[in-house]
Amino acid sequence: MNRRPGGETKTRRGTTARMNRRPGGENEDAARHHGEMNQRRGGNEDAARHHGENEPETGGGNEDAAQPPLKRSRSRSDVSNHLGLDGSNMETTTAGGSAADERRTSNYSSRQRMDSLRKIRPPFPWFGMDIGGTLVKLVYFEPKDITAEEEQEEVENLKSIRRYLTSNTAYGKTGIRDVHLELKDLTMCGRTGNLHFIRFPTQDLPAFLQMARNKHFSSLHTTLCATGGGAYKFELDFRQMADLQLLKLDELDCLIRGVFYIDSVVSSPSECYYYENPTDPEHCVQKPFPLENPYPVLLVNIGSGVSMLAVYSKNNYKRVTGTSLGGGTFLGLCCLLTGCSSFEEALEMASQGESTRVDKLVRDIYGGDYERFGLPGWAVASSFGNMVCKEKRESISKEDLARATLVSITNNIGSITRMVALNENIERVVFVGNFLRVNTLSMKLLAYAMDYWSKGQLKALFLRHEGYFGSVGALLELLDPS
Amino acid sequence: MAAESERVDRSSHSMDKSITLPPDEIFRNLENAKRFAIDIGGSLTKLAYYSTVQHKVAKVRSFDHTAKDTEDDPLYEISMQEEILARLHFIKFENAYIETCLDFIKDHLVNTDTKVIKATGGGAHKFKDLIEKKLKLRVDKEDEMTCLIKGCNFVLRNIPHEAFVYAKHADSEFRFQNTHPDIFPYLLINIGSGVSIIKVESEDTFERVGGSSIGGGTFWGLGALLTKTKRFDELLQLASKGQHTSVDMLVKDIYGGSYGSLGLTGDLIASSFGKSATADKEFSKEDMAKSLLHMISNDIGQLACLYARLHNLTRVYFGGFFIRGHPVTMHTITYSINFFTKGEVQALFLRHEGYLGTIGAFLKGAEEDNPNQYSWGENYAGSSGLMSTSPDLNPMQRARSGTFDMLEMDRLERQLVNLPLLQDPSSYIPDTVDLSEDALAREYWLYCFEEALDGVVKRAVASQPDLPEAAERAEKFRHKYLHKLQTLRHQPFAYGSLTVRSLLDTREHCLNEFNFPDPYSKIKQRENDMALKYFQKAVKSLEELSWEQRQFALVRGLLAGNVFDWGAKAVSDVLESDPEFGFEQAKRQLEERPWLVDAYDQWLERLKGPPHKCALFFVDNSGIDIILGVFPFVRELLCRGTEVVLASNSSPALNDVTNNELQILTERIAAMDSVIQSAVKEDRLKLVQSGSSSPCLDLSRLDKVLAGVVRERHTDLVIIEGMGRAIHTNYYAMLSCESLKMAVIKNSWLADRLGGKLFSVVFKYEWDVCSSVLLVLFVSQSVAGTCFSLLCGYLEEVAPLEPYVTGTGTRVHLSPATPSLPDFPLSSHCHITQKAHTLQPDGTLLIRKSFMLLHYPSNPANVAPLAWPLPQRQMLTPAASYLYHTALYNTLFSRGCLSSENAENSTPECSITTPILSLLKGPPVNGYMKGPKEKGLR
Repeated sequence: MNRRPGGETKTRRGTTARMNRRPGGENEDAARHHGEMNQRRGGNEDAARHHGENEPETGGGNEDAAQPPLKRSRSRSDVSNHLGLDGSNMETTTAGGSAADERRTSNYSSRQRMDSLRKIRPPFPWFGMDIGGTLVKLVYFEPKDITAEEEQEEVENLKSIRRYLTSNTAYGKTGIRDVHLELKDLTMCGRTGNLHFIRFPTQDLPAFLQMARNKHFSSLHTTLCATGGGAYKFELDFRQMADLQLLKLDELDCLIRGVFYIDSVVSSPSECYYYENPTDPEHCVQKPFPLENPYPVLLVNIGSGVSMLAVYSKNNYKRVTGTSLGGGTFLGLCCLLTGCSSFEEALEMASQGESTRVDKLVRDIYGGDYERFGLPGWAVASSFGNMVCKEKRESISKEDLARATLVSITNNIGSITRMVALNENIERVVFVGNFLRVNTLSMKLLAYAMDYWSKGQLKALFLRHEGYFGSVGALLELLDPS
Repeated sequence: MAAESERVDRSSHSMDKSITLPPDEIFRNLENAKRFAIDIGGSLTKLAYYSTVQHKVAKVRSFDHTAKDTEDDPLYEISMQEEILARLHFIKFENAYIETCLDFIKDHLVNTDTKVIKATGGGAHKFKDLIEKKLKLRVDKEDEMTCLIKGCNFVLRNIPHEAFVYAKHADSEFRFQNTHPDIFPYLLINIGSGVSIIKVESEDTFERVGGSSIGGGTFWGLGALLTKTKRFDELLQLASKGQHTSVDMLVKDIYGGSYGSLGLTGDLIASSFGKSATADKEFSKEDMAKSLLHMISNDIGQLACLYARLHNLTRVYFGGFFIRGHPVTMHTITYSINFFTKGEVQALFLRHEGYLGTIGAFLKGAEEDNPNQYSWGENYAGSSGLMSTSPDLNPMQRARSGTFDMLEMDRLERQLVNLPLLQDPSSYIPDTVDLSEDALAREYWLYCFEEALDGVVKRAVASQPDLPEAAERAEKFRHKYLHKLQTLRHQPFAYGSLTVRSLLDTREHCLNEFNFPDPYSKIKQRENDMALKYFQKAVKSLEELSWEQRQFALVRGLLAGNVFDWGAKAVSDVLESDPEFGFEQAKRQLEERPWLVDAYDQWLERLKGPPHKCALFFVDNSGIDIILGVFPFVRELLCRGTEVVLASNSSPALNDVTNNELQILTERIAAMDSVIQSAVKEDRLKLVQSGSSSPCLDLSRLDKVLAGVVRERHTDLVIIEGMGRAIHTNYYAMLSCESLKMAVIKNSWLADRLGGKLFSVVFKYEWDVCSSVLLVLFVSQSVAGTCFSLLCGYLEEVAPLEPYVTGTGTRVHLSPATPSLPDFPLSSHCHITQKAHTLQPDGTLLIRKSFMLLHYPSNPANVAPLAWPLPQRQMLTPAASYLYHTALYNTLFSRGCLSSENAENSTPECSITTPILSLLKGPPVNGYMKGPKEKGLR
């Protein structure tokens, strides 16, 4: 929100003034801020030489949300500590500030090259974060083209973060790196490296922040670009618990940016795919789909809830509607109905269950197809409709319930999607979001439903990086503010 | 899916045969019942049959008056005759009673012609054998959806106030809708165990356009799993006590507040059950049920909204067991629809929603009787009314068992249609005050009718001196009507909007129910007799007056005649105690001019102009009123060269003159008056029946014949007389021709409310309207697009306005009702240059700029100061102008539609009148003043 260079210059200058007027500030924190501020001012002058009118942005903001692109490099060790690593880098943090400044100075010549492109490469580490209702999605760019000089200058915090993140695939109890999604030898902003995809539950965010505080993560002076509702909800926590300023970004902007970026940089296997012969289980196979000029396209993001966006071009989209029956509903109901505790567990149960024991089908009512209205006998007439009856409630398994929950949530999303597509006159739908992660069942159901009920008019498309587009979009904002 | 879930677990355990059914209360008229139909749902059975009711009616028969009259001979004789009335019975009861009920029917069924019972509903096949065994009828299964739609069409067409909007927190939860003359097209969302979405385009064309598997069965099934609560009603009870916020993940749970850039408020549900995935805690049954209810209602609402938009439909009715009589679900569905359509679509519910299937099945079986050819009317005496079995309203009946809900509909002898002269049939509301919204007025009138009950009972008994059991019947009547009044006190919405009219009609229905078809027959006879004797004298004395004196005397006589009204307590007390109370005394009682509402001067001016072509006169009371008040007035109209159509009630109501009686009276008057005689002979005076049997008047349900006559004769004046017809109803009725509404206020409470006193006079002459005014407002293109559709919507509510929004280059076909248009100088009246439009040779207007035409049938005063080319301009009243402009300004204000920016955008050619312009520059205000319709009388 506080982005838009130039546009918000005034506010930021105002903030600086306000800050400077304030006597003393807050105890030791304030003292540290002062120190940092001085350093930063140095940095600012430095930056000002490079990008003129952006100067005032970098002025004040250790309390303000406003963050210049080149301010803090955030310590990697903080992340690692939070996620369960040791915190041995404590002592380096205090030095971090000046080290970073030195690095900036040393980067001067390379930046000058970028100036012609009006691009300012931020200091490492590069993170993009998407704090959703259920999951925090983090993308991390690991530079592989680090020169010896850089290596030498790289502060310990930064190094340890890099090592920690790239040498592990699980962090703490709940953090996971999706290795299969990693994008190797990717060039971003003139640097080549690997893009890593990491997630952990939003409810573990306080631990993350606590760790960040302990490890003085803030000394790395990186800009932490964050999107998703949590960027707003936890902004104060980031500041108070970890002394971190978030650059808050709109989640839908990020989502769309991320989708088209990833699709454009991934070639094999193709990022976007669809199911061929979705109505024929025998021959239903994934096929790549080129997403170069997909407009207009309906982008359905299934996270805890569901958002549906009609996208007309990269920069022109609207949120058409959404539904509260999403991934959160599936997991929430499954937890209540089956006692399971994780998405994976719920999916596993669902894969073994039989929803037709739980649902009432058209044939259960009409004995077969309801021909007058072209309803096939296998269609679900009433989700959970059989559960009205006590005997049937007693005869079904938890797996059946999980399956029925999955099927009804998925079909409902499909049904709303189809109506929205009809109303908006759109023929292609891209489904994204973490609900689809390892959830072939739902994807095939959606592909089937789109195809069957639209009589082949609607195409359901899927993307391999399902839930990470928001965080990719956030990272892109860091590298190239739009 | 339409099918309701079967409840196998319920039907068997409570098969209680021990209950005895009160035969005179339910399953009435089984003796001659035929054409059975049954709709067996998940928990309730709905039975329908057709019966004929032997029913006493009062007939009058004229004596042969060639024989010499003696002073003592009554004018006509009255007799009671049996008449056959066709009636539809619908009874709803718990499935548990099905066997008992079938036994009862078997025992009482006499008619053996019936061979088949039409059946529909999910439970029909389950009970097929039982029904066939018990009733020896062949079960003939009908398609559920077809029945549903047929039933829906039937109730929408035949029951006024069938549809309502539910507003939980409003003064009256139920806001009943006017029946639109054309009920199609509409969307029916049937929420049974699943959801079916049906688009209905005509009587026989409908299509299931979509559906959803997440419906009532999902709520019930999932609810049962989550809360271990078995019954649907109990689940709803649980839900109404819960807090969904502890289970659902709200936007603020994710964002910490609202998601401002998308306009999503913090309280919006982001993920249903989202919290139960992350929080390791126990959730209360109530909270889970509430969350589930919200989830399902929102989901259905969203789909309904998507389908309505796709098919471009704004009338969306909801039905099915999920909705049926449950304020909780009606509320959540309404909320969801409002949210998703931002108010563009209203969720509509039906009073008799539960009966649709059985009505439809019945109609399928009765096709040879052509039930759709007739008009039907809800019999208030035999119908239970809305929510009679609602556990929310009657906590004593929580279990519902043992309650039988009934609907009875009488076949009306004639088809009822709109008065063709109604300005806008779709917005016409007969009743002046909606007692369900006005608690004070409700209190008063309920009390008033209760007070008057003794008198009515007495009168009823006295009307049948030869029948000893009359007293007993009268007591039954008293009991029944009292019970109705009590019901209405608690459930004012039971039969649609509660009005004085509905209270009166209910009383008539109850009287008929107990065979008191015409308690006032003798009084009417006596008074007619007496008044006739004075007729010639009255006419003579009128003829001696000067023209102008006579006009006033005629009006005064009409008003004095209207004092004689047994329906008004203040008057009936006088008439009871002083049988000699006469015409002259009545005149003295009348308020002196200026009257409470006094448009006499305008009327007099009008009479100086050319005669009306044809006047339609809705008459009121017998006796002095009709004979000494109405007939002289009618005589004068006839003399002026105006044809007169006298519309009177088809069947008795209070002491109102009926069509039969009026025919005899007219003959008698014709015999002594040559003007009337020749008019009758030449068909310049015509008697028609209104089709009504109410002391009030619903201009949207009138005899088709009357409508035809009105049209053929180019009626240009409507006269409505009496408190019931001109004040309780039609006070605000907007007609497309001139109208006179005359009444004496014979109720001190009402007089007080209107700011008058007992015997205050209302003389309302509304000019109008066939020559419409075109107000042309010049606006920029951008305004035309957005705000004017809103404005038009509002103006339609306000009633008389029919706006057309046009774009550049459009041709507007002007209504043929604007004959003077070619001469109409738009520019001078509306301050718009003529460059904006050109009148084409073919009579259409070519619009050059984007502007709005408000075609508003006139409140003529608007243009009074201008050079209005029509001769009637002297009759324009400033008040009308004021009201119109108030409505317009307030709209512009409140919607924030027209800002100063917009005004500036309009081209320099246009100069809007100063007041409008200055108002446009003012700040937008919240809410608007009520338009003309809502003013007064409250």
